[in-house]
Amino acid sequence: MSAADYETVIGLEVHAHLLTRTKMFCGCATTFGAAPNTQTCPVCQGMPGSLPVINRRTVEFGIRAALAIGCRVNLQNRFARKHYYYPDMPKNYQISQYEEPLAEHGSVEIELGGERRTIGVERLHLEEDVGKLLHEGELATARSSQVDYNRAGVPLMEIVSRPDLRSPEEAVAYLRTLRAIVVFLGVCDGNMEEGSLRCDANVSLRKRAVAILGTKVEIKNLNSFRHVQHALEYEVRRQGQALDAGERIVQETRLWDPERLRTVSMRSKEFAHDYRYFPEPDLPPLDLPAASVDEIRAGLPELPAARRRRFVEAHGLTPYEADLLCQGRGLADYFEAAVRAHPKPKAVANWILNELLRELPGDDDKAIAACPIPPAGLAGLLALVDDGTISGKMAKDVFEKMYRTGEDARSIVTREGLAQVADAGELGAVVDQVLAAHPQVIEDWRGGKKAALGFLVGQVMKSTQGKANPALVNRLLGEKLPKV
Amino acid sequence: MLAALTLDALGARFRAGEATPSDAARDHLARIEAHDPRVRAFVAVTRDLALAQAAEADARFKAGKPLGPLDGVPIALKDLFCTRGIRTAVGSKILETFVPPYDCTAYQRLRAAGAVLLGKLNMDEFAMGSSTENSAYFTTRNPWDLDRVPGGSSGGSSAAVAADLAVATLGTDTGGSIRQPAAFCGIVGLKPTYGRVSRYGMVAFASSLDQAGPFTKTVADTARVLQVIAGADPMDSTAAAVPVPDYMAGLGGGVKGLRIGIPREYFIDGMDPEVERAVRAAVEVLRGLGARTEEVSLPHTEYGLAAYYLIGPAEASSNLARYDGVKYGLRASGGRDLVEMSSKTRAAGFGREVQRRIMLGTYALSAGYHDAYYGQAQRVRTLVARDFQRAFQDVDAIVAPTTPGVAFKVGEKADPLQMYLNDVFTVPVSLAGLPGISVPAGFTREGLPIGVQVVGRAYDEATVLRVAHAYEQATDWHTRKPALEAAPR
Repeated sequence: MSAADYETVIGLEVHAHLLTRTKMFCGCATTFGAAPNTQTCPVCQGMPGSLPVINRRTVEFGIRAALAIGCRVNLQNRFARKHYYYPDMPKNYQISQYEEPLAEHGSVEIELGGERRTIGVERLHLEEDVGKLLHEGELATARSSQVDYNRAGVPLMEIVSRPDLRSPEEAVAYLRTLRAIVVFLGVCDGNMEEGSLRCDANVSLRKRAVAILGTKVEIKNLNSFRHVQHALEYEVRRQGQALDAGERIVQETRLWDPERLRTVSMRSKEFAHDYRYFPEPDLPPLDLPAASVDEIRAGLPELPAARRRRFVEAHGLTPYEADLLCQGRGLADYFEAAVRAHPKPKAVANWILNELLRELPGDDDKAIAACPIPPAGLAGLLALVDDGTISGKMAKDVFEKMYRTGEDARSIVTREGLAQVADAGELGAVVDQVLAAHPQVIEDWRGGKKAALGFLVGQVMKSTQGKANPALVNRLLGEKLPKV
Repeated sequence: MLAALTLDALGARFRAGEATPSDAARDHLARIEAHDPRVRAFVAVTRDLALAQAAEADARFKAGKPLGPLDGVPIALKDLFCTRGIRTAVGSKILETFVPPYDCTAYQRLRAAGAVLLGKLNMDEFAMGSSTENSAYFTTRNPWDLDRVPGGSSGGSSAAVAADLAVATLGTDTGGSIRQPAAFCGIVGLKPTYGRVSRYGMVAFASSLDQAGPFTKTVADTARVLQVIAGADPMDSTAAAVPVPDYMAGLGGGVKGLRIGIPREYFIDGMDPEVERAVRAAVEVLRGLGARTEEVSLPHTEYGLAAYYLIGPAEASSNLARYDGVKYGLRASGGRDLVEMSSKTRAAGFGREVQRRIMLGTYALSAGYHDAYYGQAQRVRTLVARDFQRAFQDVDAIVAPTTPGVAFKVGEKADPLQMYLNDVFTVPVSLAGLPGISVPAGFTREGLPIGVQVVGRAYDEATVLRVAHAYEQATDWHTRKPALEAAPR
């Protein structure tokens, strides 16, 4: 059999750090990158006698995300303890949700190659993150290991998809879409490098037209779109080859090794954890008033999918452009503000996607907020191009200066004398000079060498240091040449 | 001698200027020095701290601004209440070096009321036991007979009050660990409603059952202490925001017209006939005081113990998972990797009973057994709770024996199952989360104390205290004291 005979079945478990100032069950800060164990207390260190108290904000953020992906919020839900031993987990159990999660039964619409598909979401639940182990040297040979509990207790929401994804590309598209949603909602910063968003993937292959799912393999800890793509491609290939060779797929957990570009076995089902879940006795069940959920629903912003559609329909952007502009709320807001000041959406989108994003360190809200060129500034620059004050080419130089200095376009153009020469009298004199200086070229032109015109245009631009309005130069040459 | 006084009587002396908190602290410290070498209630005596705290109380009384009835009163805590800077070993080798960086809520509240800390009290390891014989350190002795156990797991807490080594102590009760030792030592011990007192800073055994409560010489003293430690706590979501009434105000209300239920299932074959006789006599006293007594039925009582010995260990197996040698307490040497380090630490640090319960609990929660054990136990728990709800539709309080027998000899109950039977009358009340108090109800011919238990509706400690107080005031069992001879110097 060839790979084409198998259907790929993928489900993703996405973990997103919630953007609350304090941890899930205590008052410690959640800031990334602090010195080890400086953001800890008896509760998040799992000290004997300490007790968790739910941070209400994490529940609110979870509900926001749940509603955005069409989940049903369980007004009655509760926390459970999930047990396994690992030193990065202070209590050797994680407070999570099991039988009664915060929300269930939602969906995310993805678009791939112009085609739309709906991916089911099984559940969304809240849980605490674990700490981090720091090894002295390489893990295998480390002389000692230390634990940093700063991350322990940072609130996470886990969004579990149904096994509806049919290719690595779809998986990436789903992850991108989900990321855009949580970032838009302001509940997660979407930063995959810092681990704010990461995922595990369940992959299996089955013969086409067979309803029963194949044996699944879980791939852990995928923390970039590229890793998701590569790991899934690798795993699909590996399983296909194994099945072709008549082997059975072992149900196991595998780890993506981004250095060697392959997945490696972590543990098989026989050694799988028995998590021994039971309801967390230290926390009473959450009993959410229906009104509080309605209130959160009413406060939801326009979501990326709706906004994307509007950008295409109302602003005439391509789906691709709209998609890029809707990766974050800040960027989409920037675009709309610029369009309000300069109602040419296509041009605004081009400038943002080609020029602005090249300069900015990222497309996240933080980068947009720190952008030295405000939307009105970009609009001002484009207005100067439109009214012929500067050429499109010159506008790029002005843009770079604006980005470096924060000055507006008009001041830069005025100070540096960059305005186009668009005065027919002034430019006519220059054209006359150029024609007088190049009789041979005029002869060539008369002899039928049309390229000679381009040379003359170039000469006019040269003598005006590029400030001549090219359209006007062409018109003047067209008028004057035959008369020479 | 000040150490012989009740909390109320001592407070009266302070207010009258006849004694100072420092006098009381010194008196108790001297008595601890004289008698604790035999009783062995204390695992640590915080002498300097006690004297410093007492001196502060002296100043408040001198300035005419005492904090209240507990100001300057010498107390002590079971060694599972976290105390900042003071080792809290929980009766275990695994926490032998554990010095908490924070105070538990109950101690914070006692301190805010001016109480003076004499020290930390012995207990069965992780509160698992009924005799203190499971303490990793030593066995506490019953002041009424030093060959006998003081009960447990809060045996240090009960022995200290019975021997006048502290005016009041705190213990914890998961399945009877306050009421049983109070009965064995002839004093008052109250397990409040689950959720009445904050568990923050109380090292957990079984989170859905653990509850802190006082040991005192009288019911009134218990009301005083409960008044201070009860109430909601932002650090404990299971501490309920149910208003705390003025317990002293209702204490003297008497039992006239009160309906009191006597559960049929609490008088069983094999119980000590002297205990049964004493409890039935106590019921007669209450009837004589005007209470209407009637028999009630709690039909699922016999399944309580089995459910308890699944739920308790299941939660314990989870709560005790954190003791792995990584963060605090013991770390056994010689482990070549993480798994070995943790298993060696846990093997060396936990005693036999704790290991037994961790294994029981782990098993009860395991895939494939979870529903048959943990799940079934939870269903039984619901039935037991419903028994009480039904009974409390007809009666205002239930009166029953605290334990089937009296204090046994050290080493007498080697079989864990024999030991577990001690909790048969206290466990159902714990499963239902209800308040229960044990008050002295007489002595056996051998001179060993007997306790009677009064159980009330959830959060109705007021009625429990009122019934117990009425009975106590009509009898003089609580005024008797064990004859202790000072240890030779």
